[in-house]
Amino acid sequence: MDGIALLTIFVLSVFVGFEVVSKVSTVLHTPLMSGANAIHGVVVMGAIIVAGESQPGSLELWIALAAVLLGAINLVGGFVVTDRMLEMFKSKKPAAPAKEGGAA
Amino acid sequence: MTETHVDPTWVQLSYLVAAVLFIIALKSMSSPRTARAGVLIGAIGALLATAVLFFSGIELMNLTLIIVFLVVGSVVGLVAARRVKMTAMPQLVALFNGVGGGAAALIAVVEYLVVGSEDLLFLIFTVATVIVGSIAFSGSVVTYLKLQELMTTRPVVIPLGKWITILVAAATIVGGVWLVVQPQEWLLWALLALSLIFGVLFVLPVGGADVPIVISLLNAMTGLAVAASGYVLGNVLLLIAGTLVGASGTLLTNLMAKAMGRPLTSTLFGAFSGSTAGGGGTGTDRPVRSGSANDVAIMLGFANKVILVPGYGLAVAQAQSTLRELADLLNEKGIEVDYAIHPVAGRMPGHMNVLLAEANVPYEQLKEMDEINPEFSATDVVLVVGANDVVNPAARTDQSAPIYGMPILDVDQAQQIVFLKRSMRPGFAGIENEILFDPKTTLLFGDAKDSLTKVVSALKTV
Repeated sequence: MDGIALLTIFVLSVFVGFEVVSKVSTVLHTPLMSGANAIHGVVVMGAIIVAGESQPGSLELWIALAAVLLGAINLVGGFVVTDRMLEMFKSKKPAAPAKEGGAA
Repeated sequence: MTETHVDPTWVQLSYLVAAVLFIIALKSMSSPRTARAGVLIGAIGALLATAVLFFSGIELMNLTLIIVFLVVGSVVGLVAARRVKMTAMPQLVALFNGVGGGAAALIAVVEYLVVGSEDLLFLIFTVATVIVGSIAFSGSVVTYLKLQELMTTRPVVIPLGKWITILVAAATIVGGVWLVVQPQEWLLWALLALSLIFGVLFVLPVGGADVPIVISLLNAMTGLAVAASGYVLGNVLLLIAGTLVGASGTLLTNLMAKAMGRPLTSTLFGAFSGSTAGGGGTGTDRPVRSGSANDVAIMLGFANKVILVPGYGLAVAQAQSTLRELADLLNEKGIEVDYAIHPVAGRMPGHMNVLLAEANVPYEQLKEMDEINPEFSATDVVLVVGANDVVNPAARTDQSAPIYGMPILDVDQAQQIVFLKRSMRPGFAGIENEILFDPKTTLLFGDAKDSLTKVVSALKTV
């Protein structure tokens, strides 16, 4: 894909990124940060790609594999820990007479 | 960009679906009702993208090794995330963020070594990924060490630190430009080292309540590093996902800073200026009034209105349920009870809400700072459990205090104040709290859980 197309995607993504979190309540700041953190864990894909193009036994390969390891920790750990944070919010809701759906 | 491999259409469409799922995930996570579903949606997107990558027809050498490292990393992440105590959760998030940034930096290094200097834009984005990813990595590790209390939690100001930091920053920029103009391998390694050092220097002077803001900022930086690595690899999904996180993370950092009344610039550069040790010569040998659990029970038992201020000390002592028991008991006696939740009670925005929800505290009793502050003057007893910085009036008055400007809970307006504390040791920000020496303050020393248990049993006999 050419540079201009990538630049277009980049700029539009910036706006979408701003827009989607603009109305978040204070209570959700930490879980949202953690969730966003998990999403950038897809960096593991990039690590897999570079590991796949490195010569076996080369220095590059081991660096790339380290990146695979770190990326996987980021991705899996990020989603699991975010879910644990939010677990606490959700499971309590039905117990309380929350007609406002837990608006903060 | 490696143009050798072009993804088939179905693969590109799958990446588009994953990108849309990420957007929906972020949107859902911004609202309490849909937040949990959002996590699931995001995870599905990530799983889809990773699975598609393996079947996309891309040529992958070393497949076995890749899978082994992928599985090991996943297991490490899973176990760490499942085992961590909720009190230690902020530093784990910081660490997860750091390794993501590190991964992005390493990807750029490998791509440079394998592909070499392709064209100008490729080089620029490679350099950007290495610099930003490395800063996010080393900076996050330092925040981890601070929050885990493996190093001092106070701002670390090294002599001439400001100038050293500026020097390293300048060297990093010069090195980056040089590498783009005259690509050579040793320079890449030097750049990696310089960026790592800069990340450490950048975070060292940050302390106290500013740490969560910095975590959020580093998170946004990792997002940008991932986006840049997406450009380097010619992978659109990485570009989109990274940019989304970079943009939303930047906005979130700003929102957090606002919620805490901290201008972002003072967070980032405030501690550079030097003497933030603060506290103005207040010795800890000044007289305080301490009481017994019985005294506290009597004060509470004869009050009309009580406000509970839970802090990190409560969480550390795992005393959430005991505090709730106390609140229930007071409620039964017809006493009005509320919990005052400071935005950064615990260690991060929303952290205390999570901890109290775990102890089944009814949502309606949790009052946010703006809502509760006018009520303190009409309150008989404020019970501060393991909190310190968030009620410290130095934030209003003492310009030299590292927490100066942070909005606080106005507990000093109440008729009587009770502090449950382990010792006279100052809070996370490392500054003395004048309220402790106020004549209307009573201190009950001990582990928060022990003290609360004693107060509860004493209260039953009042």
